[in-house]
Amino acid sequence: MSSAALTDTVSAAGVDWHSDEMKARRRARYASDRRLQIYGIIAITFALGFLAILVGSLTFTGYTAFTQTVATIEIDLSTAKVDPANIGEADWRGIVRGALRAQVPEMRRSDERKFFEMFTSSAPFLVRDAVVDDPGRLTGKSSFTIPMADPVDQLAKGAISRDIPENQRRINDKQIGMYDQLVANGVISKPFNWGLFFNADSRFPELAGLAGAISGSFWSLLVCFVISFPIGIAAAIYLEEFAPKNRFTDLIEVNINNLAAVPSVVFGLLGLAVFLGWLGLPRSAPLVGGFVLALMTLPTLIIVTRVSLKSVPSSIREAALGVGASKHEAIFHHILPLAMPTVMTGSIISLARALGETAPLLLIGMNAFITSPPEGVFAASTALPTQIYIWADSPERGFVSRTSAAILVLLAFLVLMNGIAIFLRQRFERRW
Amino acid sequence: MNIMSEAAVEKALDQKMSDANFKMVGKDVSVYYGEKRALFDVNLNVRKNTVTALIGPSGCGKSTFLRTLNRMNDTIEGCRVTGKITLDQSDIYDPSVDVVELRARVGMVFQKPNPFPKSIYENIAYGPRIHGLSRNKSDLDQIVENSLVKAGLWNEVKDRLLEPGTGLSGGQQQRLCIARAVAVSPEVILMDEPCSALDPIATAKVEELIHELRANFTIVIVTHSMQQAARVSQRTAMFHLGNLVEENDTDKMFTNPDDQRTQDYIMGRFG
Amino acid sequence: MSGYLLAILALAALVMHFVGSARARATQNGASEKTHSRPIYHGLNAAIWTGVPAFIFLLLWLAGQNSVINQLVVASFPGSESLDATTRSLIMSEVRQVAAGNIFKEPTPEIQAAVTHLKSLQQISAIAMVAVIAALMAIGAFLGYKVIGNRFRARHSVERSVTYFMMFSSLVAIVTTLGIIASLVFEALQFFAKVPITEFLFGLRWEPQIAIRADQVAGQGAFGVIPVLFGTFVISLISMIVAVPTGILSAIYLTEYADKRFRAVIKPLLEILAGVPTVVYGFFAVLTVAPAVRSLGISLGIESSPNSALAAGAVMGVMIIPFISSLSDDALAAVPTAMREGSFALGATKGETIRKVLLPAALPGIVGGVLLALSRAVGETMIVVMAAGLIAKMTVNPFDAVTTVTVQIVTLLIGDSEFDNPKTLAAFALGLILFIVTLILNLIALRTVRKYREKY
Repeated sequence: MSSAALTDTVSAAGVDWHSDEMKARRRARYASDRRLQIYGIIAITFALGFLAILVGSLTFTGYTAFTQTVATIEIDLSTAKVDPANIGEADWRGIVRGALRAQVPEMRRSDERKFFEMFTSSAPFLVRDAVVDDPGRLTGKSSFTIPMADPVDQLAKGAISRDIPENQRRINDKQIGMYDQLVANGVISKPFNWGLFFNADSRFPELAGLAGAISGSFWSLLVCFVISFPIGIAAAIYLEEFAPKNRFTDLIEVNINNLAAVPSVVFGLLGLAVFLGWLGLPRSAPLVGGFVLALMTLPTLIIVTRVSLKSVPSSIREAALGVGASKHEAIFHHILPLAMPTVMTGSIISLARALGETAPLLLIGMNAFITSPPEGVFAASTALPTQIYIWADSPERGFVSRTSAAILVLLAFLVLMNGIAIFLRQRFERRW
Repeated sequence: MNIMSEAAVEKALDQKMSDANFKMVGKDVSVYYGEKRALFDVNLNVRKNTVTALIGPSGCGKSTFLRTLNRMNDTIEGCRVTGKITLDQSDIYDPSVDVVELRARVGMVFQKPNPFPKSIYENIAYGPRIHGLSRNKSDLDQIVENSLVKAGLWNEVKDRLLEPGTGLSGGQQQRLCIARAVAVSPEVILMDEPCSALDPIATAKVEELIHELRANFTIVIVTHSMQQAARVSQRTAMFHLGNLVEENDTDKMFTNPDDQRTQDYIMGRFG
Repeated sequence: MSGYLLAILALAALVMHFVGSARARATQNGASEKTHSRPIYHGLNAAIWTGVPAFIFLLLWLAGQNSVINQLVVASFPGSESLDATTRSLIMSEVRQVAAGNIFKEPTPEIQAAVTHLKSLQQISAIAMVAVIAALMAIGAFLGYKVIGNRFRARHSVERSVTYFMMFSSLVAIVTTLGIIASLVFEALQFFAKVPITEFLFGLRWEPQIAIRADQVAGQGAFGVIPVLFGTFVISLISMIVAVPTGILSAIYLTEYADKRFRAVIKPLLEILAGVPTVVYGFFAVLTVAPAVRSLGISLGIESSPNSALAAGAVMGVMIIPFISSLSDDALAAVPTAMREGSFALGATKGETIRKVLLPAALPGIVGGVLLALSRAVGETMIVVMAAGLIAKMTVNPFDAVTTVTVQIVTLLIGDSEFDNPKTLAAFALGLILFIVTLILNLIALRTVRKYREKY
């Protein structure tokens, strides 16, 4: 049946709903309705498509950094001149070079420099440290894993094509030839890059890792949590349950809402001027980073806690007061425990936000170049997001994929934290 | 002799009536909200140029039935209507029916006045504009004026047509909503407890208005006030627990109802 | 060392808690009169008196000792009266470096002497701090123990302490705001002492690099903020052009058209966009979007920079989409159902209802959301630091590079900063402008949204 089924086409008031004009008009109106719907779908597709491209391109550029091209070289240390009492003093450079040289016996002397450039320049130190850890290696042959320098790593992963002209790539034809020989010797492999997680920062991409950044972020977040959690809850309880309603508490309230929307870089300026400038706290320290992040998360935490306190029905409070509990007891024994799951969810989400904050940490110097993980909250350190910023600024090709990999690690932490928050919410949160 | 039984005569009469005088006919109308059934096989006819009042205790399904008549139930998620409802003999639940057209022909006024947050003029002009009922500005001005006159509001607001409709008093707002419905020149106007949010004076004005509108429109009104039903309607239908209990001339309904439950309700024994 | 002190403090408080509760229990047994507070409150009270004053003292001491010691050391430095602030802080940082064992060059005898002085002061400070803390703990523990008795209202005492802590906590937010204002204004005033404020506010050239070479040039119009503000405006505008329609349209679709299940899946996915750290967006802008935009610009024959305003603005816009979307969503959902029904009952289509009834009704809420989003765009830092330019240029070509307030703040302050260099101070002046602008936007936005909430 068509819409002509409504047979009385001319209504009492004289509107002919079924004239061609009216039909055309209705068709146009429905078309415009559909257009609006399609615009909505386009908008959502655009936003989600962007997200997909973001994650996709980061994964695509980042996944290669999870492996590292290494050479596993046998070195016979029993013939080397190493004093077991003073391992560090031996000529490790000569020893390692000799062992590497042996891989390509027919190489001309003039090519040696280019050949050694193919291995990480820290190779002697790596071998030395391995021997210091296990002096038993001095007695005979043992194999050492030496990361290849960045250009070789890129070649092995296909990021540098052999087809482009020699003068446009950072690895020349001779080096490619020597690399192929190493592959033929069976010493080249691409194991999982544990160094990404257990090394600190380095100027050389093949050695750079996130250990310093991860522990820096950990310490900062710890400080942030220790400060903002108790203060945030205490402030929320006071404002929600105790504060008189007057202009001053109104001011506090407006102030908190506004503070939650102050740009993060301004908090960085605050940290720089007050914590570093006036109080003289150490630069680049996770302690200061934690302070700044705590001040930033505090408003959100207060707001979340107040909402969850508000959602506990007043009958609970009355019941507690009714059996003779003091106001403090009613709140701390009954209301706060009931509000706690929401508060926990909120604080984990706030911490996740703090983990991703970059600008304020840059201003207090947490973008320093530091080659060992911090041992506490006073030591200079980077954090995950500032490490990403540093790497993103580094010219070496290897840092591009390492930056992406670092971002993937950061995102993994964020997903984990939000996942815990969602789990807590679904598991423990009560709806009144 | 071939004597027709009384029932058969009535049936034949009914048939004849439905062709001629019934504006809307509901046949075995049932409504479900998800799993819950809210209406049970209601059969109710709405006569042309008549005010039909739907009464009954709250939750009896009278508003639900009203909302099936212009398919406002479509906007509620999980709501399902079975049975058949016709407007001028054509099924309004037929898949090919254009809801937009249907609602233009069957207008509705709600319990709480709901003027749009726009000027009085824009409130009235909204319907004619979307349906394209005016060719030009003066046409539209004319429709706005006519509608406000029909709603008895013209003299009160003619000097402040550009002020927001939300600034009017409750009774004026409700008449504004009636004028807004009238402006689309519907054939039927549904009213869902239109006076329940109004004071007695405003109620009297709206009732008077309903009385006047009857000349041009078919009106179905849901009310919880039996006095109001008695005052404004010619036909009354009594609902109870999702069933249509009785449908009759208003005069008969309030003096000598056929059904015991109607009697009890009117006497104030329940509801 | 302060770590050990903290541990000792906590331990002492814990011990006093148990001692106090035990004593309270003992006195309550066999007491004739009714006791006021339960033993646990006596214990808590003893713990609070033992730990809290000492803890507060510790914090104050740690916060204050550095600057006091610095002043003492500098004051004892030969000829310190004639030195200006810069030299003083330079000397002080060198002394501290040497004391920490980081020796870059052979220190002068004066410095050596200062180092010795510093070390002795630090030692004195440490001994004094430990002594005072020990005394405070002892007095607190003694009083807390002594006061235990059946009449003592330990619960009231504990609850009062808790209330004081809560009041202090709610003041932290105010103090933070005051701290922000104070630090920005203080440093900005120092800046305006070097560069006239009119120069800063109305100058058309921003070249802070010149100023480091010779402070004198600073007065020559190199710190005009107009081009920086202009760049901020251009990038924010681009981001709003991307975010506002996308955000509102997706909110419309999700609230009015989409079915429940679609909404339940899509809405959290959109929210992810707001949860991605900005440094990630920044890297993505540099890695993927900027090259694409540049090649687009070149193919259109427009002069294109590798860090175009368009790339930075567009990526920032995407970051803001969920923000606008969820606030518009709230605003639309707050429009009463009666409005929708009123419109449907007149035979309006969904689209007409949305465009002509719901959007106008929700407008204040949406505008509030857009203003909040704008304030975010203005204050957003990492995306522009990584993807926008450094040179302040007055151009409306979106394929060209412009700079923003936040970019300048970060670039001026990254690396070692000295506090009386106009370059460093300029960052605080920019910060002050940023703070004021975002404050005004936030206040208007919060007010609009609140008024709108009251309306429905």
